[in-house]
Amino acid sequence: MFGFSRAQLIAFAVLVAIVVVAPFIFYPIVVMEVMCFALFAMGANLLMGEIGLLSLGQSAYFGVGGYVAGYFAQSYGLTPEVCIISGGLAGAALGAFFGWLAIRRQTIYFALITLALAQIVYFIAVQAIGITGGENGIQGIPRGALFGVAPLNNDLAMYVLVAVIFIVGFLFVHRVIHSPFGQVVKAIRANEPRAISLGYKADHYKWIIFILAATLAGIAGGTKALVFGIETLTDVGGSTSGQVVLMVILGGIGTIFGPIVGALIVVALEFYLAPLGAWVVVIQGAIFILCVLVFRRGVIGELAYRLKTQL
Amino acid sequence: MMMIFGKPAPLLFGQLLLGVINGSFYAMLSMGLAIIFGLLKIINFAHGAMFMIGAFVTWGLLNYLGINFWFALVLSPVIVGAAGYALERTVISRIYKLDVLYGLLLTFGLAQLVQGAMTINFGSSGVSYAAPDILSGVMNLGFMYLPVYRGFVIFAAVIICFAVWFAIEKTKLGALLRAATENPALVQSFGVNVPQLIALTFAGGVALAALAGVLAAPLYSVNPDMGSNLINTVFAVVVIGGMGSIGGAILTGFALGVIEGFNDVLYPPGSAVVVFVVMAIVLLARPAGLFGKVT
Repeated sequence: MFGFSRAQLIAFAVLVAIVVVAPFIFYPIVVMEVMCFALFAMGANLLMGEIGLLSLGQSAYFGVGGYVAGYFAQSYGLTPEVCIISGGLAGAALGAFFGWLAIRRQTIYFALITLALAQIVYFIAVQAIGITGGENGIQGIPRGALFGVAPLNNDLAMYVLVAVIFIVGFLFVHRVIHSPFGQVVKAIRANEPRAISLGYKADHYKWIIFILAATLAGIAGGTKALVFGIETLTDVGGSTSGQVVLMVILGGIGTIFGPIVGALIVVALEFYLAPLGAWVVVIQGAIFILCVLVFRRGVIGELAYRLKTQL
Repeated sequence: MMMIFGKPAPLLFGQLLLGVINGSFYAMLSMGLAIIFGLLKIINFAHGAMFMIGAFVTWGLLNYLGINFWFALVLSPVIVGAAGYALERTVISRIYKLDVLYGLLLTFGLAQLVQGAMTINFGSSGVSYAAPDILSGVMNLGFMYLPVYRGFVIFAAVIICFAVWFAIEKTKLGALLRAATENPALVQSFGVNVPQLIALTFAGGVALAALAGVLAAPLYSVNPDMGSNLINTVFAVVVIGGMGSIGGAILTGFALGVIEGFNDVLYPPGSAVVVFVVMAIVLLARPAGLFGKVT
């Protein structure tokens, strides 16, 4: 149904049920954070899992989305849907430019280029104090009222908006992966010269996937900025790029539910280990190493492998 | 006062000197990355962490054991190289059969681990290390004043770069290394212990990073972030120069340092991004990099 396998349909039903119940059990803010990062990681997984390109600079699009949404909400008082869409468009525009540069090289070089380009964005964010607030960030971002009529100050009201964005984003990513376009993307990852010889312009497909990932990152960043009412250099910095990659490999590269589980684990780790300070970095580094050495399928990938199905 | 490009000459020379010093570190680090990449086919994301550890070991040798700079110049690379050897044998050697990106992810995690651990132990502000007395003071070159230690760093970097280039391009061992880079299976069939060669190559590469770290210790604050700040720029240098040739890595490193130095005089706000912008321009003009083949 809807291109879902049976197992995926069950998993999706479970996901929706969790999204509905979660705000009554956990802090809604934390669950919203998980959903924002999950959306961000789903985009990164399009790159890593579908077309096999590792970007180490996804924070650029996440951060720019957050800054644009936050700036529009605070300085112009625009409504949240406009702010979030603007964040997504900003991510898309930046992704279109950077992707155009980065797809000229492959594998390791691609990763290094995305990292370097994200550095440019970070340094600009540090210096453009008029817009980004520099070290202080943009503070006190108002959530406003959805379409100008439904105030989002209540966490549950905001939660409904974030949940809708998250679920729609998930269905969109699933649709992309299972579309004819997604099939070509898989073919390019499996054997690029052959896909090219069949007449597919591999670079165009890579570029589009890159832009999609950047767009999702921008939307996720914009949404997160409104949820927390603050946008800082952390979101645009290198450690955020590392985190999203960790989410993807921990959850399971190339699975549609993996990035969600990965985001859940990483955000939960940050939340519970925050009092330990720098230990968070050490533990994340250790998880990174363990994932690469012994747990390459990730949580969902391993589960799907055991159940002999696709998730 | 003499003016060049509408700027006072001493200012220009001072910035150029800083540029050459930065370039020395770019050259030494990108050379190590290129050596490791050649044989292991992984990009060592922990290279910056090794550089930082090299500096901390230097500091530790002096403060815990009273061993001075000159001995640290040898001991610190040996210690870090030995650790690198152990690391390659126990961890990194497990992933050669996997997609190249796993090597990147593994060393990325390793860098995080090491950097986090050092932050826990030393805090993020770090420690300071004084240059040896004989290298303190300032030399008057006529057109500018040169702090002796800075001159020494440039001198040492040029010697190190030349020595490594010579060892790899002109000696029997280097020929073996290059042969193993081209075709490891064939070299192994001639009775060379290639896994051992790979481990020693990794050890040599990180020892170079540690050596750069020793040289950096008196120059910068010795802190857990010193490597990660530098290595991001070095990665851009590697994209610009390509990792195909040692000489290319050295030249690109020095050249980018000089460009950075010029930029600091002409347009200071751009100092943090100039290398990355150069990278973008090179990608447009020569996607394979200045010395690289398309990969």
